[in-house]
Amino acid sequence: METIAEYIKKGRPDAWRAELRKSMKAKERTSLERVVMPEQDPNVRNKNIEEVNFGITEEMAVVEAHRCLDCPEPTCTIGCPVGIDIPHFIKKIESKDFLGAAAVIKQTNALPAVCGRVCPQEKQCELQCFYTQKLHKPAIAIGNLERFAADYERNSGKMSVPAIAESNGIKVAVVGSGPSGLAAAGDLAKMGYDVTVFEALHEIGGVLKYGIPEFRLPNDIVDVEIENMRKMGVKFRTDFIVGKTASFEDLREQGYQAFFVGSGAGLPKFMNIPGENFNGIFSSNEYLTRINLMKAAYDDYDTPVLEGKNVAVVGGGNTAMDSVRTSKRLGAKRSMIIYRRSIEEMPARVEEVHHAQAEEIEFMNLHNPVEYYADENGRVNRMRVQKMELGEPDASGRRRPIPIEGSEFDIDVDLVVVAVGVSPNPIVPASLKDLKMTDWGTIVVDKETMQSSIPDIFAGGDIVRGGATVILAMGDGRTAAVGIDQYIQEKVKAN
Amino acid sequence: MNKIIEKEFFSENVARLVIDAPDIAKSRKAGHFVIIRLDEKGERIPLTIADGDPEKGTITLVVQKVGVTSAKLLAMNEGDEILDLVGPLGKATHIDKFGTVLCAGGGVGVAPLLPIVKALHEAGNRVITVLAGRNKDLIIMEDEMRKYSDEVVIMTDDGSYGKQGLVTAGMEEVIKREKVDKSVVIGPAIMMKFGSFTTKKYNIPTEVSLNTIMVDGTGMCGACRISVGGKTKFVCVDGPEFDAFQVDWDQMMTRMGAYKTEEHEAYQKYLETVQTEA
Repeated sequence: METIAEYIKKGRPDAWRAELRKSMKAKERTSLERVVMPEQDPNVRNKNIEEVNFGITEEMAVVEAHRCLDCPEPTCTIGCPVGIDIPHFIKKIESKDFLGAAAVIKQTNALPAVCGRVCPQEKQCELQCFYTQKLHKPAIAIGNLERFAADYERNSGKMSVPAIAESNGIKVAVVGSGPSGLAAAGDLAKMGYDVTVFEALHEIGGVLKYGIPEFRLPNDIVDVEIENMRKMGVKFRTDFIVGKTASFEDLREQGYQAFFVGSGAGLPKFMNIPGENFNGIFSSNEYLTRINLMKAAYDDYDTPVLEGKNVAVVGGGNTAMDSVRTSKRLGAKRSMIIYRRSIEEMPARVEEVHHAQAEEIEFMNLHNPVEYYADENGRVNRMRVQKMELGEPDASGRRRPIPIEGSEFDIDVDLVVVAVGVSPNPIVPASLKDLKMTDWGTIVVDKETMQSSIPDIFAGGDIVRGGATVILAMGDGRTAAVGIDQYIQEKVKAN
Repeated sequence: MNKIIEKEFFSENVARLVIDAPDIAKSRKAGHFVIIRLDEKGERIPLTIADGDPEKGTITLVVQKVGVTSAKLLAMNEGDEILDLVGPLGKATHIDKFGTVLCAGGGVGVAPLLPIVKALHEAGNRVITVLAGRNKDLIIMEDEMRKYSDEVVIMTDDGSYGKQGLVTAGMEEVIKREKVDKSVVIGPAIMMKFGSFTTKKYNIPTEVSLNTIMVDGTGMCGACRISVGGKTKFVCVDGPEFDAFQVDWDQMMTRMGAYKTEEHEAYQKYLETVQTEA
């Protein structure tokens, strides 16, 4: 099989690309300014759930595509966990073949409209871009261009279905329909496998549906990508928990030859401080699930969610940003981030922090909750926080937060969202006694193939990484698809 | 899928539903629960499985009208389909040969107790079952319980059936009479709290099955969390059964009431719509 590097190198010498490179001088290209993503006014958007970013126009996309130098060694591609042929799709946009651009992305990425919205490109492809590395200028807006191509294709009504190899009739099960499962399912379907995705919830999409809010990733967009996978022959089964509804052994008996486990994040972490189980204190998973998956904010839906006027969200990651911005949109007077380190150390995407700041979210950095208090009905009404200062760097390379003695003070709150991370979902491991696990509850896999200690079971995403991004999970799914293919080929040959 | 095969009212507000769910019927064990969602706009609620038939591919749920979703479910008819039904969830009951086991069920808590009584009986235990309710109409599943129990004691608050008195009185009578090795108490939180206070006096290890608020039911959201032995536990994956003496009952009851206002308003609104339609 060709490597990603070989795959990406292959298309560059094509006549149309050589022509395009010659059509404009490098100096002219580098003198163009990076396009700015148009977005809703912060004071309007913090009262609605419409998407924050509007997406760039055709004209903007073509201009942005001209900035790309189509480098002989495209370093941007090193930064992409799913190996998208970045210069190829950007040059398709420059030549105004927008559908062609989408087709290039879809060769290696099952969810382009999703990744174009939620990938941390500034830490991946755009970080490795020639502009960032050598010119010290703003990178090519690769993420915005990806989103543009995917949206253009969707709106054109001419969605292409990737080429599918002839069906080999071999059944493979994917456990969980989040980003890693969908990526694995897409690649396995392309290879000709008969793929069924089993999902515990009533909706397909995993964290893309229950976790990431509408204003960052509309559910309709996820549904279109899932529909496309159905067209590729992928089957979906909701309300089915592998390890509970049926065991792995049951499914083996039904003819499944291999499994990809992408069962994702499980138990939300709490801080184990006094009062944390008072009413009105949620995990971010619960808060976001009620609102995103169960649509609790709509009157005609049955699921309730408690209203908050003074909302504190504990944590500094993307989930914390999603939660705090959601609370503002649901009418909170005051929405605060409480994070124990400074703003520079926050793991959230810079864009999300900026968006939150513009939406009048208060940032209480270098503060940490120590205790919660409640009214006579057990509803949280106050939290005690302690100020922190930064000491020497810890194992993560970030400066360690140290509590300042005697600096505690109280804040009035009526809703708290704890967004300090999750532990892997325990259901699959609990159902497989022989599965090798780490001390953190993640599944041990061979990084090259994503194969677990049980030969026909492969795994990826948060169940292996503990907590990561959509795109890293998708990268795992793709790696596992290759691993599963090799495993099955060898097994077939051996018989 | 998930078709209601049979529906039978035990009383005005309590009914038994037999539902087509072949996968769950095969894999379920005593102690397991399911999550259901009735329609596109419905909420997800947990219900403990009362019985199952792997041959027919059905499971049995016993539902009491307490809010919008249970009211809607009880208004559904044989032949109707439940949109989403997932399970079996939670850990199965630990069944062993304990000796003499005192099982106490209050209200619809009798339904989840039935498969446990059955399993304990099949494991060779002497099973004494106390069924309690406010009045005769609220004593359910007596015949099934008699089938798997060595003795059944009935307690009603008003004395309209069996003996008059609370479940705890019935339990204590048995404990005073003979050696009890283990107890299982299932019912409303307040009944489990006082039921386990009774067994604690006599140092009888006691299990309870908690019915906290849940959303996903698969260990993801933490809505069901509860303090057990000073540690936060998730009822959906760590339970639903716990050592009764370790449960923080006051916290449990406070958390059960988290949406009291919202639930009440929603139910009133539902009743109004039903009346307008009628």
